[in-house]
Amino acid sequence: MSLNVSVNWQRDAFCLQLAQSFPSKGVTALYGPSGCGKTSLLRIVAGLERGAMSNVSFNGVDWQNESLCVPLEKRRIGLVFQEASLLPHLDVRANLEYGWRRTKPAQRRLAPEEIYRMLALESLLQHRTDQLSGGQRQRVALGRALMTSPDLLLLDEPLAALDAVAKRQILPYLARVVRDTETPTLLVTHSTDEVLRLADHIGFMENGSVAPVVRLAEALQDPSSPLFADEGAVSVLQGQFVIEGNGGWGMFSTTSYHLHVRSSPEYMSLHSGSTAFQNHRLQIYARDVSIALTDPTQISIQNHLAAKISGLTEKDDGLVLVRLTLADGQLLMAELTSASVSRLGLILGMPVWALVKSAALLQ
Amino acid sequence: MSDFFAFTPADWQAIWLTLKLCFITTLLLMLLATPLAWWLARGGSWFHTVVQSLVALPLVLPPTVLGFYLLILLGPQGWIGQTLESMGLNHLAFSFNGIVVASLIYSLPFAVQPLQDAFGRLGHRPLEVAASLGASPMDRLLTVVFPLCRGGLVTAATLSFAHTMGEFGVILMLGGSIPGETRVLSVMIYDYAEALDFQNAHRLSLLMLVFSFLILVAVYGRQRRFSLFAQRNVNS
Repeated sequence: MSLNVSVNWQRDAFCLQLAQSFPSKGVTALYGPSGCGKTSLLRIVAGLERGAMSNVSFNGVDWQNESLCVPLEKRRIGLVFQEASLLPHLDVRANLEYGWRRTKPAQRRLAPEEIYRMLALESLLQHRTDQLSGGQRQRVALGRALMTSPDLLLLDEPLAALDAVAKRQILPYLARVVRDTETPTLLVTHSTDEVLRLADHIGFMENGSVAPVVRLAEALQDPSSPLFADEGAVSVLQGQFVIEGNGGWGMFSTTSYHLHVRSSPEYMSLHSGSTAFQNHRLQIYARDVSIALTDPTQISIQNHLAAKISGLTEKDDGLVLVRLTLADGQLLMAELTSASVSRLGLILGMPVWALVKSAALLQ
Repeated sequence: MSDFFAFTPADWQAIWLTLKLCFITTLLLMLLATPLAWWLARGGSWFHTVVQSLVALPLVLPPTVLGFYLLILLGPQGWIGQTLESMGLNHLAFSFNGIVVASLIYSLPFAVQPLQDAFGRLGHRPLEVAASLGASPMDRLLTVVFPLCRGGLVTAATLSFAHTMGEFGVILMLGGSIPGETRVLSVMIYDYAEALDFQNAHRLSLLMLVFSFLILVAVYGRQRRFSLFAQRNVNS
């Protein structure tokens, strides 16, 4: 069960050439610089590029080949573009209900009230679309796409047109929607942050072709990953989070270790009422991880994790990226100077302590 | 002054004939121009350019040239006229049906242009959105294209109506001046003036002047409101 796409499309100077299978479960990010063809690929999957020579099939059903092209309205795809593209002659409620009315009752998996609640849309229903802020418009667009209970969700840089504040506000909603509705999603993005928060799988695109799709955890093992280009190397740990005490502080735990971390105000308001969350992500930058040979006691850093060195990669700038395998098998990156590495005598397989200075809860 | 607006029976006949011509032409033009304008708005091939130019020809041609060729084509000796006659129908010169055909061609650019602008402004995005929400092409036409292009539709219909009413040269060439058949207001005014009956000519001329002015006020007033509304939307 998956989405299979093969394309061989030459248009002017641009050439899109790939044959790829995308998992039809969870969120698959298509990551790459602008102009690499990720939006074109998404439009081909949606059936909006008729001129492209392509074969597309989804869960065993042919959508496009030499002799047929199933029109978009029959593919049951939810589309969200960079701009919200709400229908301006309809109010918010009518926009949301447009797709709901056109979905057969038997195919309606998601109830409108459920979608309104997930995206906090109730208070917006009576508004005209031109009364909404950018973030609100995009939330409505997302809700509208979900109202058809789509078999596949295509998100084309849904947050790229929003300012930083709106982005921070809408990301938790997006994360919640793709997780709770269990709608397979293809997310086109060039933002590492969105990938870390949302993606289960990732396909790197460049110059009209896409590298084989891998799990996010696998992609984060590569010291030269394009994801690390802007903010440096970063690790993502999966675990559960339990709020304890005031100020959003709580405990992030896996089967074999715990970290004290703090959740953000947006996070708190979105999850108000509940105190324990399964399957959450913790983001830790490699530059925020130090290494000690013994477990230090007289130190302000409170998160100490036992680990084993499973990789050492020297970079051009005199820094070394140390890959650490934690007790439960998850990976953590640490960035040290090569002088520190030689002073401590770090080698592969060596047991060490990872000291985590700061970590951010995602989702 | 009281009997200045006392229309003669012949005047009334011309008024009704003109209104009938305008209504029929506008109705047919909207049916014809909507798909044509859609096609023109969506394509950029050389063939589109050729068709676009053909549609715009009546804007620059002297009406007499248009009327002359229509007379040749639709008349008893013409290719279309003869074809009609061989099918047991009448040729179209000097007939009401003939001036309807002439009006369609003459007013075509006035219907196509506003529609094409509206369809162009609409863009692809609202249609792609509607399709992704399960709307079929006909559904999209009725629930997205028409509501969003309402301004263009109204402008196209109004301008077609007004322009058909102001038609003169083509009708005179192809239709002549047959009472109840082809003698519309503009032709009637010409006939009065030719006969030096200036009072009657003045009465009908003033009627047309006022009516045409009111139509333009309605169209431009609407456009102004519309553009102000659009501007407010952009600013907000």
